[in-house]
Amino acid sequence: MSTAAATPSEPTPPAATAAAPGPEQGRGPSLFNRVAQGELGSMRVLLGLVVIWTIFTVANDRFLTSTNLVNLSLQIAATGMISIGVVLVLLLGEIDLSVAIVSGLCASVMAVLCEQHGWPAIPGILAGIGTGAAIGLFQGSIVTRFGIPSFVVTLAGLIGWQGALLWVLGSTGTVNITTPAIVDLAGTFFTGATAYIIAAVVVALFAVASLDARRRRVAAGLVAATPLVVAIRVAAVAIVSFGVVAVLDQDRGLPLALVILIGFVVIFDYIVRRTRFGRHILAVGGNEEAARRAGIHVMRVRIMVFVLGSSLAACGGILFASRLLAVNQSSGGSDLLLLAIAGPVIAGTSLFGGRGTVWSALLGGLVIGSISNGMDLLALPSSTKYMVTGGVLLAAVVVDAAARQRRMRSGRV
Amino acid sequence: MTATTSEPLLALHGVTKRFGAVQALAGVDFDVRAGEVVGLVGDNGAGKSTLVKVMSGIYRADEGEYRFEGEVRHVTAPSDATALGVATVYQDLALCDNLDVVANLFVGREEISGGVGGALRSLDEASMEKQAAELLQTLTVRLPSVRQEVGTLSGGQRQSVAIARSLIGEAKVVLLDEPTAALGVAQTEQVLALIRRLREQGLGVVVISHNLANVFDVVDRIFVLRLGRKAGVYEVAETSQEEIVGAITGAEFGRGNGSGGGGEQATGEATR
Repeated sequence: MSTAAATPSEPTPPAATAAAPGPEQGRGPSLFNRVAQGELGSMRVLLGLVVIWTIFTVANDRFLTSTNLVNLSLQIAATGMISIGVVLVLLLGEIDLSVAIVSGLCASVMAVLCEQHGWPAIPGILAGIGTGAAIGLFQGSIVTRFGIPSFVVTLAGLIGWQGALLWVLGSTGTVNITTPAIVDLAGTFFTGATAYIIAAVVVALFAVASLDARRRRVAAGLVAATPLVVAIRVAAVAIVSFGVVAVLDQDRGLPLALVILIGFVVIFDYIVRRTRFGRHILAVGGNEEAARRAGIHVMRVRIMVFVLGSSLAACGGILFASRLLAVNQSSGGSDLLLLAIAGPVIAGTSLFGGRGTVWSALLGGLVIGSISNGMDLLALPSSTKYMVTGGVLLAAVVVDAAARQRRMRSGRV
Repeated sequence: MTATTSEPLLALHGVTKRFGAVQALAGVDFDVRAGEVVGLVGDNGAGKSTLVKVMSGIYRADEGEYRFEGEVRHVTAPSDATALGVATVYQDLALCDNLDVVANLFVGREEISGGVGGALRSLDEASMEKQAAELLQTLTVRLPSVRQEVGTLSGGQRQSVAIARSLIGEAKVVLLDEPTAALGVAQTEQVLALIRRLREQGLGVVVISHNLANVFDVVDRIFVLRLGRKAGVYEVAETSQEEIVGAITGAEFGRGNGSGGGGEQATGEATR
């Protein structure tokens, strides 16, 4: 240990050294293959985003204005939040078709409690999220207990919770939201110094986390990112954070809803990649039988993920209601389900389980949101919008499936 | 021979297992010592899988004795066997293709470092990667990187990862089910070399295989099952493939000395 720590500059990991070149040495996938196989899915989706933004900017010079970008970030906040839950469920290799309607139902529960029964905002919001958790517990338990495909269970949920939504809303069918704290969720903007301080805090936290990870690897005598690489990463995060704030600050400011979304993305990304629970989600999604033999409580992991998925859908529904200042009979309807699932898939989260990142909820939401927003600016008819969105989703799924086939062909001998 | 004097690590005596009317195992004795590779061979339906499942705790024998390091143990679940130090590598390997080598080695027993606390505590990736690299180096398993996804590895590398994983939990006996079944020549050689290194490290290794050439290549003793009974135990140095085939099929491959099989079996009995 001490010798290892004393020579941190030795760049050779023991496993890779095993000197004599075996027949299979150094057959790592090329950069091209890694991009094609979706391992650099984030890069791919960022490139796609640049292309989309370029096209819409050329078509309409209002697209890249601060005003429109603030609108865009408000539009993606709710969908992105629902998509985080969708990512968790997709990582398991399951699907939840009820997320959109659950988001509408939970927002309605909150709205009815706060507006018609005089509940304060916080208990109302918690009741909404609690409704989501209970729905997730119910659906997840049925999926695991009886071994029914989640597709079928949540399809039943999609219809059933629609009925519950109508029942909760009662005869009027619409509840306007006036409770200040709920309105503020989507109506608060950070401007000037406050916004820049938030950006600075984000960059500082990222820098501390990166340095800590590097320190641990060096202490263990492993290959670690060089200080230069760490500095470049921190600089990149700083440029993005301050850039976003600078652009949004030209208009109304940094929306609280966007801060909430990014906060949730960071927390759930940490849970998936850095905690035991997250590792178990990936293991179950990758090979359920292997996970079971390794002693993982597969049922518990599954049910927990469904609970989180529906709870996050509830959070998304609440943000939605806050932006629209109302819930009605079409809350959680229309194309919300399609968009919430399409986002992560477009950004590289696999429908086959085990592969994907929580960031795909944000990036995919940005792609879908940009397409939708751009077409609105161009005043394209709904017919075109639906067909384009459908085409983009289909293309993303095809890329995912093709990558999987290539893995299956090349992965094993 | 040194093998005859040392105590068996894992020993089964008079193991019987019935499935309804089918007698899968009828009074089978089996043992493996530290630093020894035992081949378990037999025709389809001879009871190899059943015997391995008794050893790994998946099945509980109807009759018979399970001794580990000389003491009688009650092994009624796979976790009991694992706790004793009996690790099993199944034919389907049970790897998560979407996870990297380190994650696969530690799946189900991930290490936790400090962090936020409670369920949010973070995995100790540095420690796990270090141990993984050290373990693979001890076994001279060559991989492009311990951070490579297991799904992108070759069949031989995957088998090596599966075997290495069984050693993370302080295993003393490793049961390998058809470890070379799906592999090419070079990769088979890799895995056989890995099995020899397990022996050098003092583990008891049981290899179930249909491939007699491989068995003769790597094992010290061959244990033949036929129709749920022990058909003989042979020292590799003193037997031939013809003799083993004879024992497996029950045919008399005398070649002029019809007592061969019986004689070896007698030796096998004598060592006990």
